[in-house]
Amino acid sequence: MSASELHLVGRLGGRGVLFPATQVRRVVDIADIVPVPHAAPAVRGLAALRSRVVTVIDSWRVLDLPSPPPGRHRAVTTAVDGHVYAVLVDDLEDAEPVEVVPLPPGIALGESWAAIATGSAVRDGEPLLAIDLTRLIARAG
Amino acid sequence: MDELLQEFIAETRESLEAIAGEVVAWEADPADRARLDAIFRFVHTVKGSCGFLDLPRVGRLAHAAEDALAAVRAGERVPDRALVNAVLAIVDRIGAIVAAIDAGAALEALGEEALIAALDPAYQGEKGIVLAQSAAIQRGQSRSIRLSVDLLDRMMNGVSEMVLVRNELAHRLAASGDQAFEGALDRLSHTVAELQDAVTRTRMQTVDALFSALPRVVRDTAAELGKQVTLTIDGGDVELDREMIELLRDPLVHMVRNALDHGIETPAERRAAGKRDIGRLAVSAHQSGNRIIVEIADDGRGVDTERLVAGIVSRDPMRDAELRALSPQQRLELMFEAGVSSRDIATATSGRGVGMDVVRTNVEQIGGSIALLNRPGQGLTVSIEVPLTLAILSAVVVEGGGQTFALPRQAVHEIVATAAGATRIDRIGDGRIVTIRDRRLPLIALDEVLGLPARDPALLAVLEVPGGSYALGVDTVIDTEEVVVKPASPAVMRAGVYAGMTLPDSGQPMLLLDAAGLAEVAGLRFSRIDRVEEEAPPAAVEEAGIEALLFEDIDGRRRAIPLAAISRIEPLPAASVHHAAGQHWLSSGGAPVRLVSAVALRAPADGWSALRLPEELGGAAYPVREPIDIVRLPADIAPAAAPLAGVALIEGEAIELIDPLALGAMLAAPRLCLLHGAEAGWMEIFLKPAIEAAGYRVVRQLAPGEVAEVALAMDGEEEAGVETGRLLRLGRSPADPLYRYDRAAVVAALEEAA
Repeated sequence: MSASELHLVGRLGGRGVLFPATQVRRVVDIADIVPVPHAAPAVRGLAALRSRVVTVIDSWRVLDLPSPPPGRHRAVTTAVDGHVYAVLVDDLEDAEPVEVVPLPPGIALGESWAAIATGSAVRDGEPLLAIDLTRLIARAG
Repeated sequence: MDELLQEFIAETRESLEAIAGEVVAWEADPADRARLDAIFRFVHTVKGSCGFLDLPRVGRLAHAAEDALAAVRAGERVPDRALVNAVLAIVDRIGAIVAAIDAGAALEALGEEALIAALDPAYQGEKGIVLAQSAAIQRGQSRSIRLSVDLLDRMMNGVSEMVLVRNELAHRLAASGDQAFEGALDRLSHTVAELQDAVTRTRMQTVDALFSALPRVVRDTAAELGKQVTLTIDGGDVELDREMIELLRDPLVHMVRNALDHGIETPAERRAAGKRDIGRLAVSAHQSGNRIIVEIADDGRGVDTERLVAGIVSRDPMRDAELRALSPQQRLELMFEAGVSSRDIATATSGRGVGMDVVRTNVEQIGGSIALLNRPGQGLTVSIEVPLTLAILSAVVVEGGGQTFALPRQAVHEIVATAAGATRIDRIGDGRIVTIRDRRLPLIALDEVLGLPARDPALLAVLEVPGGSYALGVDTVIDTEEVVVKPASPAVMRAGVYAGMTLPDSGQPMLLLDAAGLAEVAGLRFSRIDRVEEEAPPAAVEEAGIEALLFEDIDGRRRAIPLAAISRIEPLPAASVHHAAGQHWLSSGGAPVRLVSAVALRAPADGWSALRLPEELGGAAYPVREPIDIVRLPADIAPAAAPLAGVALIEGEAIELIDPLALGAMLAAPRLCLLHGAEAGWMEIFLKPAIEAAGYRVVRQLAPGEVAEVALAMDGEEEAGVETGRLLRLGRSPADPLYRYDRAAVVAALEEAA
């Protein structure tokens, strides 16, 4: 697992994060969200991406962070078991090959982050946490 | 079977193409395990299919090759050049036979014994026979291709996208007032609609895809249980959305296993009960309107409902009184209760109840229903009814808490306004009860259940759920529309109140509510007792205060029909009505709907409306010139002949009141016309189309118990044995009152007889 793999570099809750490019279908901007009342708080709602309806995941809620106000947000879409989800993020920068290594011992990520992290990488001196989108979505519902 | 064979040919041909490379590579390196496995998989698959499709020749070849390769895989045999050659020869021969089957040509079985013998390690024969005669057969032209469902879904999405763009375009053009593009836009709309229809049809598959696995299931299960069963399958050519087929697969297999396990007795038990040793299981499918009904009928012991009740009571004595009050049919339905265990039913060791609650939940989730017909000692029939396609559902769009939602039309019994004064809402504990026409129902508000900003509901939707009914308070009802339902993600479904989601023309996603889920989340619990009360017959029309719709009928007279008998009123464009098979039909996108009327039907004029009757009454459409008003019927109604329920005095005018049940009956059994006498054959050839056009079913002989509304006979013929309402006599000369070649006169006489 030491070879470099293509990742999307982004920011979530002010932290640098990585999403494996194999999991990401598209990068989209989401503005109109139809809420899903009575669903878990981390389920922001439904949005139409062209003719497809996607479930919008409030990633901040999944990570127990304060959610930014409603409005236009950047998201990555991913498919799990035939359903498409849009996972909201602060921002996305670039796609580049990154070598993800296991987390160094002794770092306390906190329960929520630890549950979705697969490893870490360092880019320009900044540590980035690699996130598994499927696990993130599983924790939302 | 043909379709299965086609599929087998296509599949085999594809695999052959795919493994061609493997074959060559294996030839170069017989020790290559991956190549060996690929070829093994191929012959194994072919062998399996051949047993099923009854292709013994190919089957024997594949079997022999599989045995040899299995020995290699097990390490019992070292692959050498002779083996590789022998296997390749067999692979080639399979290809040649499959091509021959496809082309409809015969291929002589020459040398196949030698091919199989060549697999034997001790084989010393001539090595040259391999790769003989495979060319001669011309490839049959393939008339079908295999597509991935993904691709079809993409097409479907593309078409949906086009609909959205079309709508936006129409919207913009209308706003600009520019009419120059109207014709082009119309053409576009038409093309898009046709495309949508075609793509929808590509998603249809015959039920055979579902039934083809059953013979094996029955064979294996019967063998396991030491029972003998003959299986008959009928209606495999009925088409159903492929997604629906996938969703029905498990419930169907489950029901079939249950029938074998708990319904059909052992040969000894059957003999003791005076039945044939061999049990019978019949699985069939047929289409009724836009629903498909799948029936699983066995001739086993049926369900012992006494035992079922006793079992539940032994675990839950509190329910004794409740269960004793149930009708036999309601007792039977206890099978669907969660947690009803095997011990309660049928036999001491096992029972039909296993998982029936799960089966019902699965079926209901796809908008279907399941019904049981129990004949104790003689068998059980389970009918699963599902919509033709999962994708399209008739929905009522409602608003609550500032958001719009769709409710399945099927679940909505009626909609009442709270302001009309016909309802009364009382608080009881923390809950609320609404009284609608002497019927008390639990009331929950959509906005409250969903945790949205709440206000007093303006409208109540009376919803039917398994076990009872309740009223759901909403702010407004926007309209009814056909929506394309897509499954929602698990994260959404976990809310427990949704059945799916849809993307209407507005482009804003909309959630489809699950009536049963809402009730459960709101804490409503239906005891079976309530249901017994509710199943009291609906108030008769004669009772005072029934609401009815007053309308102008197509003959210009004003008539009325009970409001409860109308599910909706919709426009009836003249172009949407067609005349076929002696009936008028309304085609509104889905399956054709029968038109029914108290008076003679004719082609509609523009501006008419259709009163749609509920599914229980056949779902037909009653054409009217104009709906006028909702009126309250007086207590006194003078009787009249069907299809009228009577004549009522409304606002000083005598109004004929339509009996909805009689309309339903007209649908179920068209009037009979008996062709009588020696010339019946002539009449059938010349007059049948005209008679059917007048709304009759034509027979030459009455079935026992049937009575013909009208009979036709030639002048001077005997009329003995004709039991009929009216006899029309046809003359042989133009001077006769009813000349047999005068079509118009015959039709008029028939219509008059009606």
